Amino acid sequence: MAEQAITGWRKWAEGIGEQGVFFARFFRNIFTGSFEWSEFVRQCYEIGYRSVMLVGITSFIMGLVLIVQLRPSLVELGAESMLPKTLAVSLVREIGPVITAIICAGKIASSIGAELGSMKVTEQIDAMEVSGANPLQYLVVTRILATSFMVPLLAIMGDVIGLFGGYLALNITDDISFPLYFNKCIASLDFSDFLPAVVKTVFFGFAIGFVGCYKGYHSNKGTESVGIAANSAVVTASLWIFVIDAIAVQITSLLFYK
Amino acid sequence: MKAAAQNTGDQETPEFKKDEVVIHVKGLKKDFIDKKVLKNISFDLKRGENMVVLGKSGSGKSVTIECIVGMLKPDAGDLTVFGKEVTAMNDDELKQLRMKIGFLFQSGALYDSMTVRENLEFPLTRVLKLKDQQDIDKRVEEVLDAVGLLDAIDKLPADLSGGMRKRVGLARTMIVKPEIMLYDEPTTGLDPITSREISELILHMQKKYKTSSIIITHDMECVRITADRIVVMDDGTFIAEGSYKELQKSANEIVRSFFTETT
Repeated sequence: MAEQAITGWRKWAEGIGEQGVFFARFFRNIFTGSFEWSEFVRQCYEIGYRSVMLVGITSFIMGLVLIVQLRPSLVELGAESMLPKTLAVSLVREIGPVITAIICAGKIASSIGAELGSMKVTEQIDAMEVSGANPLQYLVVTRILATSFMVPLLAIMGDVIGLFGGYLALNITDDISFPLYFNKCIASLDFSDFLPAVVKTVFFGFAIGFVGCYKGYHSNKGTESVGIAANSAVVTASLWIFVIDAIAVQITSLLFYK
Repeated sequence: MKAAAQNTGDQETPEFKKDEVVIHVKGLKKDFIDKKVLKNISFDLKRGENMVVLGKSGSGKSVTIECIVGMLKPDAGDLTVFGKEVTAMNDDELKQLRMKIGFLFQSGALYDSMTVRENLEFPLTRVLKLKDQQDIDKRVEEVLDAVGLLDAIDKLPADLSGGMRKRVGLARTMIVKPEIMLYDEPTTGLDPITSREISELILHMQKKYKTSSIIITHDMECVRITADRIVVMDDGTFIAEGSYKELQKSANEIVRSFFTETT
């Protein structure tokens, strides 16, 4: 029993060490050698453009549901006019970035983990390495930077679409003009709502790309490992998103909401 | 990086010195967690020579060539390629070495998100850093023509048969004109006719590009066609060495068992 516990801790410590080395290699490869622009653009398309529909629909529903759920409470308090403001602040500060990141963790981290895992299993990564090419630069750097770049854009898009969803829900029960609704939303938002939210989505994107690449790149040989890599990429990336969010909220409240 | 800029795969084949040793291995040992895989491997590979390594699965054949190319680090022994100790090389030196060594994987290891053309362009643009698209196209077409697959240039690996994938894998390896070729079971999983074609192609490419080769295989037809010299491996050591005809008459039972079906 004790031996199993020691082995478990040793494996955990080795995993942390491996991730540290992978992190260092990633950073070294950003600044050395030639950057793979065409692969970066392709990954931005695959990661970003192909997630637009999913993020858009989810955000729209989220905005709609939030208004429907918030309305009774605010009506009870006589603060119905606060609905656009409440929705805008909650969506932009917290719900939009986190929901977008969780969706991306499910869609992108799993696909990166599975893709690199299957490349590992079929010796494609080994083939790149023994040919003298740099698989980290081609496969890892481009994917991590693409997720770090695209997840914030998706989150911003999700916020806007979520506000549209909220407008639709509000118009079912109330009559509010579109310009008035959006004016109220925008007026309620501050620089301190928008900037920290965007900054944390960069970290969410980085975590999604990093975890997906790490799990895929270090998967064992065998087809079963591809599934394990994809699955653990989603679980770990989702967990990291909440950890980063918790840290970001603390930092933001210290800096902006004293 | 300096050497990388110089190597464009265009250089003339080095002056052919028949007895020049390109790979020298002495007392190579490699253990994994619970198994001694290589116990004491020693051999020399001469320039222009085709050496075939025969042996049962798990006898350490693939580990040997993975050590040569720096994918695995041996625990003990000397391992020099072109006179330089592989284990003492840093990342850049290892990269330079790998540019001179071609490695054909058992599966072909084609990049499945890329077409055949893109697969072949990959080492030219990423390893040799070629920029001239006309030159790149010319090289791609030339090497594909050599393996008889010019028609498949715009196909994806998923659309190719097993034999075609091996041919494209061979073309991708040969396109940088390596001085040494390492083949890991190049005919495994292929029908006898395609296996023979691949074996003949290996011989043809070796003559055309004047490479030295280590071929790991169980396919005795491949051995007969390609081997200048054969070494037989068992349980992490070499147990016999000689030509095809010499080993056919070997007194060793394990060695003889490989030749039984073909005699």
